Amino acid sequence: MSKDIRIKKGLDINLVGAAEQSTATTVKSNTYAINPDDFHGVIPKIVAKEGSEVKAGSPLFYSKTNDQILFNSPVSGEVVEIVRGAKRKILSFKVLADKEQQYQDFGIKDVTSMSGEDIKSHLLSSGCWPFIKQRPYDIIANPNVAPKAIFISAYNSAPLAADLDYVLQEKESELQAAITALSKLTSGKVYTSVGSSTSPLAKVSNTIIHTVSGPHPIGNVSTQIAKLDPINKGEVVWTVSAQDLVIIGELLLTGKYNASRIIAVAGSSVKNPKYYETKIGAEVASFVYAAGVDGDNVRMINGNVLTGTTVKPDGYLASTVDTFTIIPEGDDYEFFGWNKPIFNKISYSRALTFSWLFPKKKYDLNTNTNGEHRAFVVTGNYEEVFPLDIYPMQLLKAFSYKDLDEMEKLGAYEIAPEDFALTEFVCVSKQNHQDLVREGLDLMYKEIG
Amino acid sequence: MSLKNKLHNLKEQYKGKKMAPAFNAIHTFLYLPNETTHSGSHVRGADDLKRTMNMVIMAMVPCLIWGMFNAGYQHYSAIAGGTPEFVSFFDHLKYFFTLDNLLIGAQKVLPLVIVSYVVGLAIEFLFAVIKKHEVEEGYLVTGMLVPLIVPVDTPLWMLSVAVAFGVVIGKEVFGGTGMNVLNPALTIRAFLFFAYPTWMSGDKVWVHQAVERAGTPDAISGETMLGMLAQKKELSYSIDEAFFGFIPGSVGETSTLLILIGAAILIFTKIASWRIILSGVIGALAMGLIFNGVVSQGWITEGSKFYDLMSLPFWNHLVIGGFAFGITFMATDPVSGAQTIKGKWWYGFLIGLFAVMIRVFNPAYPEGIMLAILLMNVFAPTIDHYVVQGNINKRLKRLKVKTA
Repeated sequence: MSKDIRIKKGLDINLVGAAEQSTATTVKSNTYAINPDDFHGVIPKIVAKEGSEVKAGSPLFYSKTNDQILFNSPVSGEVVEIVRGAKRKILSFKVLADKEQQYQDFGIKDVTSMSGEDIKSHLLSSGCWPFIKQRPYDIIANPNVAPKAIFISAYNSAPLAADLDYVLQEKESELQAAITALSKLTSGKVYTSVGSSTSPLAKVSNTIIHTVSGPHPIGNVSTQIAKLDPINKGEVVWTVSAQDLVIIGELLLTGKYNASRIIAVAGSSVKNPKYYETKIGAEVASFVYAAGVDGDNVRMINGNVLTGTTVKPDGYLASTVDTFTIIPEGDDYEFFGWNKPIFNKISYSRALTFSWLFPKKKYDLNTNTNGEHRAFVVTGNYEEVFPLDIYPMQLLKAFSYKDLDEMEKLGAYEIAPEDFALTEFVCVSKQNHQDLVREGLDLMYKEIG
Repeated sequence: MSLKNKLHNLKEQYKGKKMAPAFNAIHTFLYLPNETTHSGSHVRGADDLKRTMNMVIMAMVPCLIWGMFNAGYQHYSAIAGGTPEFVSFFDHLKYFFTLDNLLIGAQKVLPLVIVSYVVGLAIEFLFAVIKKHEVEEGYLVTGMLVPLIVPVDTPLWMLSVAVAFGVVIGKEVFGGTGMNVLNPALTIRAFLFFAYPTWMSGDKVWVHQAVERAGTPDAISGETMLGMLAQKKELSYSIDEAFFGFIPGSVGETSTLLILIGAAILIFTKIASWRIILSGVIGALAMGLIFNGVVSQGWITEGSKFYDLMSLPFWNHLVIGGFAFGITFMATDPVSGAQTIKGKWWYGFLIGLFAVMIRVFNPAYPEGIMLAILLMNVFAPTIDHYVVQGNINKRLKRLKVKTA
């Protein structure tokens, strides 16, 4: 059963440096690190103390709010350092990897004969629960509240993001196992969205498959939820990213937690943009070395250019991303940059900016904001890139003056910060929309729960 | 050391100091700042507020240039006892684009532009320094609009007072650019109108020197077409002349042709909302048609003081007076206008409707567009409220269906 979801509103940001479809291996990463901040809102409680030995899949820490939610080590080895920041906040758990990897055995499972409760406890105890996120609030799912539906997007529409059809190929059996497992966690349906019928997920069962088309943000789960089964007040849906399904599936089929990932290393500052096989938490240097960097003033981003986080060259691959992007920094002045005609940047308007003339052209954008922070002035442009039935500017204003009642009424339960990446991109006043949304959602979570 | 580096060092020195906003305003005028993204999206679109505002100003420049020539043209025509006979647009331009005309324009209009910018920007800088925020670009457009919507002979002291009032009371007390309820340029214009009514609403201010010469043997007339209609005088200009702009009026409002070009620029660049402009035109036509209908029904007869303006063919309202300028450049102000798409349709439509209604029913000051826009500025948040409420209700209804 295949249906279509099509949107017109949105914006595809074409950038140079898309990853070529071939997978290379990386040099070996000596240490691996799991950074609790990658999981929004989690306050870690240490399980594996400094100096202890862990296996791949053994817990490093659990969440303060729910001690059932465990977070795994991606490799076996010794916990060499627990890095702390201001106020002794835990920044990351560093594991020195063994030469011979040892996996904790969680046991081979027959998914079809398991109950929902069994699957839930299995995912929790094996540390795979953090892969499941929930709406509202875009945080790790609360295992005690059953969702009304589960959504999986198998189509990446963000700029330079990994092509999931390529990354997931030949993983059909893992995907099928994971989706069958998920289908037992909800009394409702599991919805999967694919970009085309060639997707490895297009043929799996126990889920309803939709084919999506249109500009970014069609790949965002919120867009698909809004079209299929919008979230109302009091309802919860879960989402799982397609790459994480593979890890869940492999756990069920083999009993091992295998943190391997194929990530796209892309961006205009990458010499060989292609796919690299690595592991969650690997040293950035391990794959960037193989990919090569052009220039020395670059920004490395865990994730895509719209929603990723900045990482230093001595940092680690985040747990939650399938793309690693490197683009030039834009910390330079531009003479009369505000009034001269612009050909080399993307603009939503036509105010002496000419990207509308070349819809197919690929651009080399840097991190310059192209202007200073201002009050909200221009109206009507956010709506053109925002496909949900929500008034984006009004909701952003509600977030910025912290009116909980208004946030709720205007649809804050239905969105995640990533949905405001495009409005942020086109924003003439250079406001940081995703920050506003994140802070607003955190406030709602705290006050309303 | 290059200029770029020198300025960068200066910026570092000013950082955190009181005068930093003032310096940055000038610095960013020369150079797009070196600011990079720190959170959220790592890349950003090419447009900033300066670029947006700059486009609006560029769209107004043709009107300004025309206004300068027209100041001289109207002055000399009035002295000669009437405009040269109008045959066709291009033939007529030889009377229009002359050096003498431009000199009068430069002498009368440029000081208006300079005073408007100097007074307004000084206040903006002052408030930016006091409130420690960057100087916002909103006044760049306001400062250009003001000279275009005042009569050519407006005394500079009056303009200074009005600008000071408009910027402080109309904008800064609400929190500066982006927070104001009323369009600042129209606040300035309304202040002029209500503070100096004898000066601003007379039939003499529209042509240079008409006021000074009044009562002397050299007296010249200086009336706008709307004034003539309201006074039940014979129209001395054809509708063609009005369309091209060979008529007296506020500096920038006379040439509907050039305003159309400005509107085309704003709509093409996606800066102004075409919905507001289109619905405004529809609103004005609708009201004009209603009045034409009233006249043809015979409910209003020739003796009535409303007759002349009511019987004006409905589409002429678009061409004469400041309607075209107002709906293009001021009704589309995103801050004081409606902010939702549906709201914009209503907002524009009602402006058009009220503009023509006020014209007809207020013969003392027959320019309705100013008051119509200010009125709808006040009601724009209400319109938006109901539009947004519709969205909220839809969400509530979805929940109810679910739980029922």
